Amino acid sequence: MNAPGEQPDKQVVRASGVRMSYGEVQVLNGVDLTVAAGEVSCVIGPSGSGKSTFLRCINGLEPVLGGSLRVLDQEVGHTLRGGRYHPWTPKEFAAFRRNIGMVFQRFNLFAHHSALENVACGPVHVLGTPADRARVLAMEHLERVGLADHAHKRPHQLSGGQQQRVAIARALAMNPALMLFDEPTSALDPELVDEVLEVMKGLAAEGMTMVVVTHEIAFAREVGDWLTFFADGVVVERGRPRELLANPSHERTRAFLSSVLHPKERQESQ
Amino acid sequence: MRTEPITDASGRQTPVARTWHWGRWLAAAVALAVAARLAYLIVANPNLDWGKVAEYVFHERILSGVWVTIEISVLATALGLILGVLVAIMRLAHNPVLSGLATFYIWFFRGTPVLVQLIFWYNLAFLFPEMVLKVPFTMIGVKWDTNQVMTGFTSAMLGLGLNLAAYFAETVRAGIQAVDNGQTEAAYALGMTPAKRMRVIVLPQALRIIIPPTGNEFISMLKTTSLVYVVAGHDLMTNASQIYKANNRIMELLIVASLWYMLMTAVATFLQGRLERRFGSEAVRLVRGGGLAARILPKAAA
Repeated sequence: MNAPGEQPDKQVVRASGVRMSYGEVQVLNGVDLTVAAGEVSCVIGPSGSGKSTFLRCINGLEPVLGGSLRVLDQEVGHTLRGGRYHPWTPKEFAAFRRNIGMVFQRFNLFAHHSALENVACGPVHVLGTPADRARVLAMEHLERVGLADHAHKRPHQLSGGQQQRVAIARALAMNPALMLFDEPTSALDPELVDEVLEVMKGLAAEGMTMVVVTHEIAFAREVGDWLTFFADGVVVERGRPRELLANPSHERTRAFLSSVLHPKERQESQ
Repeated sequence: MRTEPITDASGRQTPVARTWHWGRWLAAAVALAVAARLAYLIVANPNLDWGKVAEYVFHERILSGVWVTIEISVLATALGLILGVLVAIMRLAHNPVLSGLATFYIWFFRGTPVLVQLIFWYNLAFLFPEMVLKVPFTMIGVKWDTNQVMTGFTSAMLGLGLNLAAYFAETVRAGIQAVDNGQTEAAYALGMTPAKRMRVIVLPQALRIIIPPTGNEFISMLKTTSLVYVVAGHDLMTNASQIYKANNRIMELLIVASLWYMLMTAVATFLQGRLERRFGSEAVRLVRGGGLAARILPKAAA
């Protein structure tokens, strides 16, 4: 985490006026947002506000249809050549995504692979790491998320929390420069949420650049460097989590926070 | 069914009577009687010479026919499976021309009888007396006489294989579409290309759905090969028919052929069972090392 007031040295994500639509339905209406290296950016907002879609635009899983989205010094989906932007080939998309880890709400572990194989899969098939070496590294990543004992279990033999921790290890195995979390605890039973959040806190403490779409307000307050509130496909406001939670400046934000915050939490944040 | 006596609260035991399923006994007796009578009519038929059946069951031409039937079945199934996967992938392609062509292929080969297709391939020489493969605008190339290429064997293999591909493509498509889209997204997020995602992540999982019906396709193919006799493919049915056309022992030779078809089906059914057990519980490693045979027939106790 950056100390408050410290100048970020590099913008990993720089979105300006990002627009996206599914057919006639406008999902993103001009999103402006920056994420600096080493920062944890939490994104909250009502469902349908476009926060997950924006996250998926960052690694090119959804196309940006307007504005500019620069990630890791590249315009996502396009390369500037001879004065024009040329759309990426599937290969160029693949090369770009190697540097960005993504954790999904529904884990999406490869069902035909053990936990260890899931973690080793990216290095072996994408980076060309020799299988033996990849397995050793994968084991280290599983140890890091506390699942070395479960290395040979298949996803369906693991609890939701364990599966999500394997999914985090799988993303980390690619040594990403940026990690995206798409509501990583929303599909979990309440008692399994903390084990996943603990792993994410550890990552943040190590200085990983993270964009986290979440409903865990307490996590955002404790771990986030920035908190962004999304509604109707735009960023309504952005600020330091404690300040924004305590004194939201927009009516929209106030209404959302009062509907999601437990009364006790609301007291704490004031 | 309960045999233990019922003991009430005061400790008194009352035995339970046995139920006699009279209806079941009666139905079984009638069915057995009918079956026995039919079997007797055939086995004890004075017009049927069981000696001839015994004489021909291991006849040289029958055995070579069995071998050709197995060859055609295996090759046509292999051709059908490989082509079926390609057609299925084309069908799912974003390119509308590719997917349209695949749809047309499936419609065409499912829409025409396989018998017609067999005869068509066998008589291809009427349309193309010579088959020429050459580099355009040069004289470099090779040329074959179509009648020599399109023997009964090759036209059988082509006809049955291309036909199976059309049916199998739909099975593969269903298998691929049954794999959760989240698997594709996770593969892309890791930096896989669409082709790698298909080969490493989607197809191995789709195989669980695709593999079990392939056993059925093969079993059905074993018997469909009997159609090959219209193009004289020297398979079991062709050879049996040639023998009975010479000696007029039609029923005996049909029994001989049926015995072999039943034996082949039994073996194939056994293998299919192993295949399904293998793919039902265990993960699919087919695509990642280890041949198919090694997977179906693991070391004895494994």
